[in-house]
Amino acid sequence: MFDTVKTSDLSHVGKNGHREDTIEKLTGEAMYVSDMLLPGMLHAQLKKSPHARAKIVKIDYSKAAALPGVRAIVTGDELDYRLGLYVVDKRILARGEVRHFGEAVVAVAADTAEQARAAVDAIEVEYEVLPPVLHHMDALKDDAPLVHPELGSYDYMAAAFTPKPGTNIANHTKLRKGDVDKAFAESEWIIEREYSCPSVQHVPMETHVAIVQWGKGDKVNIWSSAQSPFTVRNLFCHAFGLSHSQVRVQVPYVGGGFGGKAGIGIEPLCAVLSRKAGGRPVKFQASREEEFSLLPCRSALTYRIKTGVSATGKIVAQHMTMYWDSGAYADYAVNVTRASGFSASGPYEIPNAWLDAYTIYTNKPYGTAYRGFGHVEFHWAVERHMELVAQAIGMDPFVFRLKNALRPGSLTMTGEEITEHTGNVIKCLEEAAKAICYGNLTDEEKARQKKTGWKIGKGVAALQKAPAMPPFTATSVVLKMNEDGSVLVNLALTDYGQGTYTSVRQIVAERLGFPLEKIKVAFESDTDRDPYDWQTVASKGLLLSGNAAILAAEDLIKNAYAVAGEILHCNVCDLGHDGDKIFIKHHPKKSVSFASMAVGHALPNGNGVGGPLIGVGRYIAQGLSNLNKEDGQGNPAIDWTYGAHGIIVEVCEETGEFHVLKIASVYDVGRAIHPEIVRGQAIGGMLQGLGTAICEGYIYDQQGRLLNPSFTDNKIPTAKDLPLEIECFVVETPQVDGPYGARGVGEHSMISVAPALGNAIQKATGAEIMHMPMRFEDVWRALRHKDPIDNWITKSPIGSCRSAPEARPNG
Amino acid sequence: MKIKVTVNGQLYERDVLEHKTLLRFLREDLGLTGTKEGCGMGECGACTVFFNGKVMNSCMILAVEADGATIDTIEGESRGPSLTDIQKAMEKNNSVQCGFCTPGMVMSIKELLQNKAKPSIPEIKEAIEGNFCRCTGYVQIIEAVLDVTGRSKEKGELKHV
Ligand code: FES
Ligand code: FES
Repeated sequence: MFDTVKTSDLSHVGKNGHREDTIEKLTGEAMYVSDMLLPGMLHAQLKKSPHARAKIVKIDYSKAAALPGVRAIVTGDELDYRLGLYVVDKRILARGEVRHFGEAVVAVAADTAEQARAAVDAIEVEYEVLPPVLHHMDALKDDAPLVHPELGSYDYMAAAFTPKPGTNIANHTKLRKGDVDKAFAESEWIIEREYSCPSVQHVPMETHVAIVQWGKGDKVNIWSSAQSPFTVRNLFCHAFGLSHSQVRVQVPYVGGGFGGKAGIGIEPLCAVLSRKAGGRPVKFQASREEEFSLLPCRSALTYRIKTGVSATGKIVAQHMTMYWDSGAYADYAVNVTRASGFSASGPYEIPNAWLDAYTIYTNKPYGTAYRGFGHVEFHWAVERHMELVAQAIGMDPFVFRLKNALRPGSLTMTGEEITEHTGNVIKCLEEAAKAICYGNLTDEEKARQKKTGWKIGKGVAALQKAPAMPPFTATSVVLKMNEDGSVLVNLALTDYGQGTYTSVRQIVAERLGFPLEKIKVAFESDTDRDPYDWQTVASKGLLLSGNAAILAAEDLIKNAYAVAGEILHCNVCDLGHDGDKIFIKHHPKKSVSFASMAVGHALPNGNGVGGPLIGVGRYIAQGLSNLNKEDGQGNPAIDWTYGAHGIIVEVCEETGEFHVLKIASVYDVGRAIHPEIVRGQAIGGMLQGLGTAICEGYIYDQQGRLLNPSFTDNKIPTAKDLPLEIECFVVETPQVDGPYGARGVGEHSMISVAPALGNAIQKATGAEIMHMPMRFEDVWRALRHKDPIDNWITKSPIGSCRSAPEARPNG
Repeated sequence: MKIKVTVNGQLYERDVLEHKTLLRFLREDLGLTGTKEGCGMGECGACTVFFNGKVMNSCMILAVEADGATIDTIEGESRGPSLTDIQKAMEKNNSVQCGFCTPGMVMSIKELLQNKAKPSIPEIKEAIEGNFCRCTGYVQIIEAVLDVTGRSKEKGELKHV
């Protein structure tokens, strides 16, 4: 909407306006759930499984129950509920069997956290340890233990997913396009390789936290650090058989999410404790260690790609098999599989494609959405593969990419036609390459290389992502005019730092023609106050809520004009307005102020007209369809955001150490609504992508115990890990149905950082790295053709990690 | 155990449990929730406060160790209606996303600027290295420091191509 208006003709959109939430955060006034205390509130602690797979033989909490301050103890046996977004496979507390290390087994609520901790320590659980299935490739073997023997009896969303009862496969997504066998037979080259990456933790700085009060009249109040209040409410009501009107979810400031807080988490746990404690509110905040092992992570992936290329360097066929490690529960992982399936080739045209993507249960902490929704992981594979295929056929990898990139007229793997409005990946690639002087070293770089002895290399990688969401995803925005003519915006999309509220505010101000200061977006989200939004995920917020905001603004103006026409005795079509008033265009002095109409207008004789001014905007995704389950064809993407990174790296061949000298990132955002926020997303995501690329990942021992659930052993990037130079660019190919032409970019910055780095390292040294992360030792090994260390299950656990379970007291 | 501690210029006398950290004392006993807990293990810097004039991770200090000490927290910044120069620069430079690291970050930057009027970029990175931020990628925080020390020209920007 309004995609053709030039930014220079706009007042607010495209400018770097003030962010409304910043001052509270800078002063410490902003209230997060972790800061909240309620009268009579109890504190919860959990007894967790020390085993990856075991039968629960006996739980004895008699000693714990007798301890001071203990108000409620709950075990899985008394909770006959199952939860699940897509496959309903998870208990609130383990029942009968534990399926991963760190899974919650018993929950305690006490007056203080110390008392709850003491009670947890006094609980005795007897287990019969069973052999776990840890690696997702092992889980596919015929004799593998089944993580969910009852898979066949679970409910699941049949329109989108296909679980395979009797196996560990939680979902099988298929895509079939063209005639792959024929195309392979005609290919000049066929190259097949396999790539992988481990599970990774989101690391929001605020760990998951919730307070729940289950009142005696079965009214439930939830305060949660959740991304999607309506999804929490919906899943909660389904699990407990409550009406939606009985449950209220409020989300105040949230200290980061990145997908890890997208679904439902610890809320049901607090709820059952509160119910058992007679309705007292119960708070649970995950410790940092629990954030790693109790709460979900990003799925590991093994991705095998076989590509057929013609004599001219065009990809003619691709056979793709993705093996996603779901961990113990399906959660979002099945949908990551589905969304990755339809996007699996990256932004390239594949005329003949065959894809099988499996979500595989293992006895490990479970996988969920994480910024990029699978695209970070599989782009690692795709963009390393493009590099290696180009090398194999003797073509420059950049030229090979351009040759195969999607362009107007191309068909995606699901058969969607790309148009000139879709976005321009070729331009993104070209600009990224230009920014790093791709292809050769500058004199300065040559001199540096000579001086340091470290080899300099340059690499590029492209990316694409569309929101993964049901085809009928909808949202709404309500504008309410205050007595002074200012406007309050209510929406249930949450803003945990992305800045979407600021952009929505700009859009509302723009469309109303009001100054920015007159618009306030209500910060906390509340299912009892705000109109519906599906979820805050998928980089869909700006597009859907931005459109709803435009429609709400138009509705508000329309309603105000109707009242003004009555007051001014004129036709609505003759009216105009500014930020304060509505006037007759021909007689601008004849006007009525918004303030005087905001809550109902009093005529001179005291008669009332109008009423409180409210604008409602609803938007639902257009033109999308379910994908055919047999061939994956259909229209899943409301918009595609394309991008590319260029990286310059220097590598010490002797030690495998490297520095990122420069990263240049380019995204086709349609329109940058707030350039500094776009840049903040670009850089923040880039560094998170670099963390994934260079150091982050879960390490387990052979019993399936997580060895590195702490910042000591699972580093995340600090300020010192920044590349020396960072440049961010935007291309603006307007999205026809985006608000002012904009499309989302929140996740994209994290995608393809890793392969751009891998490609640059390969260019510098020849090291062929196929496994992420690329730690210095992995580069060193690759240079010496040694296998990378297996990141999933380490073979030499003891001593390699300071937080090995043996070394920790309350493991 | 009874302790006397001066926080943001005000003297408090409180009874505290021996094992309570200074962080939890500030948050739970004094209601100063601006200081955050990101790990409780001395790794992330979300709990950074001034302890007798030097920044420290308050999760690694016991409240009883603060007996007689002077503590400054984020709530002590910007007393009165206006923000400090550091806060203003962070506001202007889009240095805040989720905001959970922000109070600790403000304290570390304050100490840096007390010690050095115009720190170099590597010195800024060094000073905030112990403050994890998962959202911003640090660049716009570093730019706020450049800005507040009169070097806003060194700031990057989003380029339209
Ligand atoms: S909470 Fe103190 S360093 Fe993380
Ligand atoms: S702004 Fe979110 S952690 Fe720094």
